[in-house]
Amino acid sequence: MAIAKAEKPLPKKKKITAKTLKSQRALLIAAAIFVIYGIVFYYVPLVGWLMAFQDYSPRLGFLGSEFIGIDKFKFLFSDKTFLRVIRNTLAMGVLNLVTSTFMAILFAILLNEVRNTRAKKVVQTVSYLPHFLSWIIVTGILHDVLASGGIVNELLLKFGWVDKPVNFFAKPEWFWGLVAFSNVWKETGWNAIIYLAAITSIDPSLYEAAAIDGAGRWQRIKNVTLPGIRPTIMILLLLSIGNVLNAGFEVQYLLGNGLVQSVSQTIDIYVLRWGISQNDYSLGTAAGLFKSFVSIVLIVIVNQLARHYGEERLY
Amino acid sequence: MSTSRTKIKKIYPGDVAFRIFNTLFLTIFVIITLYPILNTLAISFNDGTDALRGGIHIVPRVFTTKNYQTVLQRQALKTGAFITVSRTVLGTVFALFANAVLAFIVSRKEFVFRKQLTVFWIITMYVNGGLIPTFLLYRKLNLTGTFWVYVIPGLVGAFNMLVIRTYMNGIPDSLEESAMLDGAGYTRIFWTIISPLCKPVYATVALFVAVYQWNSWFDAMLYNRLRPEYTTLQYELMKLLSSVMNQNTNVESLKNVQDTVTPTSVRAAATIITILPIVCLYPFLQRYFVTGLTLGSVKA
Repeated sequence: MAIAKAEKPLPKKKKITAKTLKSQRALLIAAAIFVIYGIVFYYVPLVGWLMAFQDYSPRLGFLGSEFIGIDKFKFLFSDKTFLRVIRNTLAMGVLNLVTSTFMAILFAILLNEVRNTRAKKVVQTVSYLPHFLSWIIVTGILHDVLASGGIVNELLLKFGWVDKPVNFFAKPEWFWGLVAFSNVWKETGWNAIIYLAAITSIDPSLYEAAAIDGAGRWQRIKNVTLPGIRPTIMILLLLSIGNVLNAGFEVQYLLGNGLVQSVSQTIDIYVLRWGISQNDYSLGTAAGLFKSFVSIVLIVIVNQLARHYGEERLY
Repeated sequence: MSTSRTKIKKIYPGDVAFRIFNTLFLTIFVIITLYPILNTLAISFNDGTDALRGGIHIVPRVFTTKNYQTVLQRQALKTGAFITVSRTVLGTVFALFANAVLAFIVSRKEFVFRKQLTVFWIITMYVNGGLIPTFLLYRKLNLTGTFWVYVIPGLVGAFNMLVIRTYMNGIPDSLEESAMLDGAGYTRIFWTIISPLCKPVYATVALFVAVYQWNSWFDAMLYNRLRPEYTTLQYELMKLLSSVMNQNTNVESLKNVQDTVTPTSVRAAATIITILPIVCLYPFLQRYFVTGLTLGSVKA
């Protein structure tokens, strides 16, 4: 993994002797407990992936159920809904990644240019707030703002852009945009923290030199700030690519409704619907396994790409 | 860096335009961030039936505290609040302890399985069993239908553990070495030497876990749907939200106009109650989460 490989090799090889084991008894016992915990809660579920190749029935259990090969996967890829679900997950994942990265960088750069420290502090404090609210609350207040009597429709009507209130939640063409907007609203301030830290670590003398050379604010942002945070942007982008398929559950589940389900359903929702609601555990597992597989492939690709940036540290 | 920037006195062409654009952008940003929350606050103090007419901004039109009274009378919301507070407190304390101990073990340079144990946990960040196998496992372990399903599965998280470990690695070895010479065991080193120095990073991780616990709803829905005694505040909010969203038109609610609270207004009140502790606390914890994010992004 891109992160793991930075582990520094230990200076000299440790020899495991009875004496060291005895002196580290307390550590060993505690470590054993953590290993057991890890096996039960993180590694045992991995064995559960085998269910994707079974016709699992709770009555027969995991060991008694019949193996049926890749039938469940055949069903998945012949199911039009599943193909649409893949498209939705990818589309929203990429859209969210692009919009939230762009907004976080823009916000960090602009906030950094504020000279009034007090104003800066206030804006930044406000910007963190939505991150601490749950998706339930975010979708709830989004619903109020976009309701027929909400502020957005009120403004649209006032400026004469629409004749009657728009029901945003009933329009499939608005859904991906709504999801991206809620993500930006919730996470921009939080995501900007890391970019702000990167900007802070840029050598101030670069700015002074640029100013002496006659660079205005725009020029300094373009020629000093942006190149300065480029490594951070690259690393964060690469790391989030492996997560692209994970970006699709809570908002879509909470904002989705019958009218927009052709664009709102994601792989996770599909898994939930088939696995938990319809009790087809094997099909749900197969869909989940497919998602994990794609994610792991993406991480491996990204890891290869990251090698080119391997020398660059975030700070 | 703002101090160094003040040295640049000269005004360049375009700087004025920049400043206007910047002020405008950040002002709009703050308004867009705060307006929806203030709007919910206004609705929560407004008569429910009146609110359906729309047009309420940040000041209530027909003031009432009835929405809050309704919320405080509902048994489900009271239970939810109690469970949410319990899981946040217990979940945070236990998870912090577990992550700190594990981080302590993998930060011992002399520990024989240091590397193996670290890799064992880093793997869990990248592969996981997914929804269905996890669900079946919790059922097998008899965790579903209990309060502990909120606490036990999340005890150790590799990310939080690594944040603490990175911090512990920065503590000079000489401190523990001298304690060891004095005959202190690992338990005593953990409690009396390392932990007091780790207070800032403990605060960071506690904050991350607490926010996660406070905001969780999916586990309540998935594992404890049939156990109303273990419902959480967020799950109750979710039910209120869906009852609001399912009335596609307002006709249904307008039928009983004498009813002065509506799902929307009750939800607004419950939302305000839920976010109040967060809004009051987070501004004072800023430096902790900023540190945590910075530590977390340092390569594990």
